[in-house]
Amino acid sequence: MIAPAAVLLLAFIFIPAILGFGLAFTNARLISPRPVEFVGVDNFARLFTDPTFYRALLNVAYFTVVIVPVQSGLALVMALLINKKFRGVNFFRTVYFLPVVTSMVVVSLLWLFMYRKDGLINEILAAVSFGLIDGPDWLGDPNTAMPAIIILSIWQAAGFHMIIWLAGLQGISGELYEASQLDGTSRWQQFRYVTWPGLFHTRSLVLVTITIQALGLFDQISVMTQGGPMDSTTTIIYEAVQSGYRQQETSYASAISLVFFVLVLIVSAVQRYLTREKD
Amino acid sequence: MKNQLLLRSAGAMLVRILFAVVAAFPIVFMLVSSLKPDQQIFGDMSSLAAFLPIGNISFDNYAAVFDRVPAARFLLNSVGVSAVTVILGIFVNSLCAFALSRMQVRGKKIVFTAILATLIVPFQTLALPLVWWVNQLPYFELNGFSLEFSKGWLDTYQVQIIPFIANAFSVYLFHQYFESIPKELDEAARIDGAGWFKIYRQVVMPLSGPATATVAILTFLPAWNSYLWPLMVVQSEELRPVMIGIQYFFQLNVSWGEVMAYASLITVPVVVLFIAFQRSFVNSIASSGVKG
Repeated sequence: MIAPAAVLLLAFIFIPAILGFGLAFTNARLISPRPVEFVGVDNFARLFTDPTFYRALLNVAYFTVVIVPVQSGLALVMALLINKKFRGVNFFRTVYFLPVVTSMVVVSLLWLFMYRKDGLINEILAAVSFGLIDGPDWLGDPNTAMPAIIILSIWQAAGFHMIIWLAGLQGISGELYEASQLDGTSRWQQFRYVTWPGLFHTRSLVLVTITIQALGLFDQISVMTQGGPMDSTTTIIYEAVQSGYRQQETSYASAISLVFFVLVLIVSAVQRYLTREKD
Repeated sequence: MKNQLLLRSAGAMLVRILFAVVAAFPIVFMLVSSLKPDQQIFGDMSSLAAFLPIGNISFDNYAAVFDRVPAARFLLNSVGVSAVTVILGIFVNSLCAFALSRMQVRGKKIVFTAILATLIVPFQTLALPLVWWVNQLPYFELNGFSLEFSKGWLDTYQVQIIPFIANAFSVYLFHQYFESIPKELDEAARIDGAGWFKIYRQVVMPLSGPATATVAILTFLPAWNSYLWPLMVVQSEELRPVMIGIQYFFQLNVSWGEVMAYASLITVPVVVLFIAFQRSFVNSIASSGVKG
């Protein structure tokens, strides 16, 4: 009974993972008459001398460092807002989750339109500032393109992590809150000494999922900026897809993927270490 | 004291509404704009009319979408691919979880650990080697009475379905849920002479509605939304899923009304489905699901 799932996981996760590892050291192309040859670390040598790759690393680091605290924080606020039962709680839960149900491709398309120089975002900025703010051409300017992508990414995904926080909040026993109320604690103290420690496991789960999702940034870039302007939004996965798919260089793309995988492993290991249970 | 409490809850409500407005305004803008001609979309942008279906309202954009893109075909493809992935995914993953939860299998712990280990590999790292790999796989097709053999899965339906059936997270969710079902129930069934498959089908699965619903939605969403994968492995127009359809709108002059109409067309079915299952989904994730 395990067999169907085990065979499929073997065929479509384990084998490609090992293959990717192997292909990174060859000259394999997607469609090529030449036999596949071992070329040592040539692909990596090329990768580590490519300035675009370093730019991609920097962009992803920027994206991740901003997204992880801001998105998890906002998601926690949203979860706290709808944690208790009140009239209309289901309405708010549904609305907060709507962007998650909308595909990232559709979201990117929609915000591509809203981010135009004469688009909705700039009109709203002008309206709330009584015409003082003249918004930029968000995606056309290397300085604002990445912040623009960060905003829409948070808008789309915060609802998902809200649900994970909510699961954690519901797991904290109500008795703890009652006890703290008897002790006459303030709301902040209650959060600090009951809620926050109670979310220990949820915290690492949210942290890990947001980080991995952030490091793999691709859909938004592919639809909205294609890495531009001036490489200001290119990412590791975007570079891998460009070389592996558009230029059909499977081996080079596998090398990028391998570097990406190692990066994900290192970052998750560091996070696990930093958020470990202290005795 | 009482006034203070009242003020506080009014404040909380205000913040809730503010978040709701931010979450909803782009979607409302998309739906409303899909009903307006381009000129009016831009004209309305500087006022609240941008969010109201007023003025020159029609379904013209939708009609134009079906002229420009084989939208019906794309929708049909996505419905088919997602439905088959969900159904097979529920079956394969629950069966695996059932065996891991109930049966005495040798090396069970190692298998479970190996399955969970696949969760640390992001799909993006697999995607490119996987393209190369599926292009090497054999494929058998029944053509009349002869079995035809061909190489390479690129540009087919199965390449959009089969790699995504087995999923470690689904196995994990089912396993967690099965563990909470008392084992006395299947012991009773065994005494009555039921085999393992019968216990799976008639005892455990009927009790696992919430887990099944969660797995269904968590399999359906990425299947419906998939973009990177079909971009790489599907070339023929008649096999393409909905997300790839957006490329058609940026070839010549862009009509934003049509873009918004297509975006609404491929979003609304998912939103309707989600609202229908909203309660069981949000609640089951919040109560059982992701408690790591």
